[in-house]
Amino acid sequence: MTEIFVLAEHRQGQIRDITFEMLTKGKELAEKTNTDLTAVLLGKNTKEHAKTISEYAKKVLLVEDAKLENFNSEAYQKVLSNLTKEHKPLLTMIGHTSFGVDLAPSLAAALKLPLATDCIDLAFEGETLVITRQMYGGKVNVKAKVRKSESYIVTVRQAAFAAQKPNISGEIMEVSSPLTEEITEKRFIEYVLPPPGGVDITVAEVLVGIGRGIKDESNMPMVEELAKALGGVLACSRPIVDKGWLSTDRQVGSSGKTVKPKLYIALGISGAFQHVLGMKNSDLIIAVNKDSNAPIFSFADYGVVDDLFKIAPALKDKIQELKG
Amino acid sequence: MEIWHSRRKESLDIIVCVKHVPETAEAEIKIDATGKAIEKTGLVFDINEWDDYALEEAVRIKEKLGGTVTAITVGPEDTDSTLRKCLARGADKAMRLTDPKFQGSDSYAIAKILQSTIKGLSFDLILTGALAGDDGYTMVGPILAELLGIQHATMVKKIEFADGVAKVNRELEGGLEEKTEVKMPAVLSIQTGINEPRYVSIMGIRKAMKKEIKVLGLADTGLSESEVGETGSWIKVEKIFVPPAEKQAEFIKGSPEEVTTKIAEILKSRGLI
Repeated sequence: MTEIFVLAEHRQGQIRDITFEMLTKGKELAEKTNTDLTAVLLGKNTKEHAKTISEYAKKVLLVEDAKLENFNSEAYQKVLSNLTKEHKPLLTMIGHTSFGVDLAPSLAAALKLPLATDCIDLAFEGETLVITRQMYGGKVNVKAKVRKSESYIVTVRQAAFAAQKPNISGEIMEVSSPLTEEITEKRFIEYVLPPPGGVDITVAEVLVGIGRGIKDESNMPMVEELAKALGGVLACSRPIVDKGWLSTDRQVGSSGKTVKPKLYIALGISGAFQHVLGMKNSDLIIAVNKDSNAPIFSFADYGVVDDLFKIAPALKDKIQELKG
Repeated sequence: MEIWHSRRKESLDIIVCVKHVPETAEAEIKIDATGKAIEKTGLVFDINEWDDYALEEAVRIKEKLGGTVTAITVGPEDTDSTLRKCLARGADKAMRLTDPKFQGSDSYAIAKILQSTIKGLSFDLILTGALAGDDGYTMVGPILAELLGIQHATMVKKIEFADGVAKVNRELEGGLEEKTEVKMPAVLSIQTGINEPRYVSIMGIRKAMKKEIKVLGLADTGLSESEVGETGSWIKVEKIFVPPAEKQAEFIKGSPEEVTTKIAEILKSRGLI
């Protein structure tokens, strides 16, 4: 019986959430395609991880090697290529994460297997893999067929599937590492933490989140005043940090912070998945955007389709008036 | 690839792969009659945002270490405006790979087209954007590297050079980065925010109008027809549609005065003011 592979992702001693999300979806796909769910775990001193993961999959293939201690696409690709050639899985699921995007494309090209990236849904129609993903910053969804193959590779978007713990006690199979030679092309050096900033947006009760719609740095004081009037602080989506208008520690989203304030006011933020992932669990979300179809309105409690340059100053005045 | 090591030169010849894409971040987009693409009329096309940072990084490296920057794209004639922008920004050469047969190519087919051309060029480094703002596949860079038989690093936020290697900071989730060393020549996929792309003056664009854009087609790549376009691709779009909403915001309508009065009421009722 063929298998569905899920590549476990871990970093600094922690199994990443995406692993359990993929295992949950992988189990459903395995049942539908009458295949077995196999988790693939590469690392060093990861027996505890293997035990945890064995509660989600029928089998855990564990490869331990000092060369696999930290993620390294060169080492990972060599091991996964070997396992894929040997097991010929129907599907290999890899997280659409920084690790996953460094690994999956070159792995697929090397194995000449079709790859679909950043999938938010997966299904088999007969032997053909059909995937759903997003385009244009989440403004449209795409349903696409992947070129017919005996084996497919996908990367799966974070939080696209909710993790559920099944009642399984899988078998852990240790496989000896095929990495007999040194890894010479690529070398992990260290993790780098950005310097801590002055403001911790994760503890703020009120956040005014700003995005691309702010347009110009000269508009920053206006939104800062609104945040101040509300007793909150400014947060932002990626483009604002890229432009250097706010520091990295103010960034909300998958590559920044996850926040859950009592109030999140999104100004000029379209609501790309990467940002939404970091703020969608806020107690109350109010979004202001010119585009009535902006994805942010699917996550907000209240929406205003208007020019933020009219609404934000008016709101500041209104709040100051009420506060007296 | 050995050339690089024997030359032991300081300067770097860099190839930057760029894509001409519609700006959609703030535009309202509509699905076209085929149901497989968006309506492109009325949209402004420009260099893909990630590629813009990649090009800027290449030019900065050239200014520091010397060498050349070649911008290369796959697309129809109207992508020339993006190549002109690259030339105005400091690229020395520009190449456009154009053929009706390239129509329908996904990132895999694009990577093959790029590889077939780049393999004949002399280079020390290839930069691409980490992803494209339109389809977001996040795969051209590392596939290109694999097809060329060289290493890669994606999501790059910082580059330093030392003795035949590129030391890069890769962006991870949650604000963390990792420092990784990659043997050169290599393909680096650039994340936004690595630098501040410079402003292009009108003068610069005018000057760039005179520079040559080298145009190559399918025959020049040596690829067969079946290796490009839809048949050479992994992904075939069946349909596109508006994402089903998890929930829908309650819209507050009216003048700014009416809207802000309503918002203030909501905030008050929740004890937020």
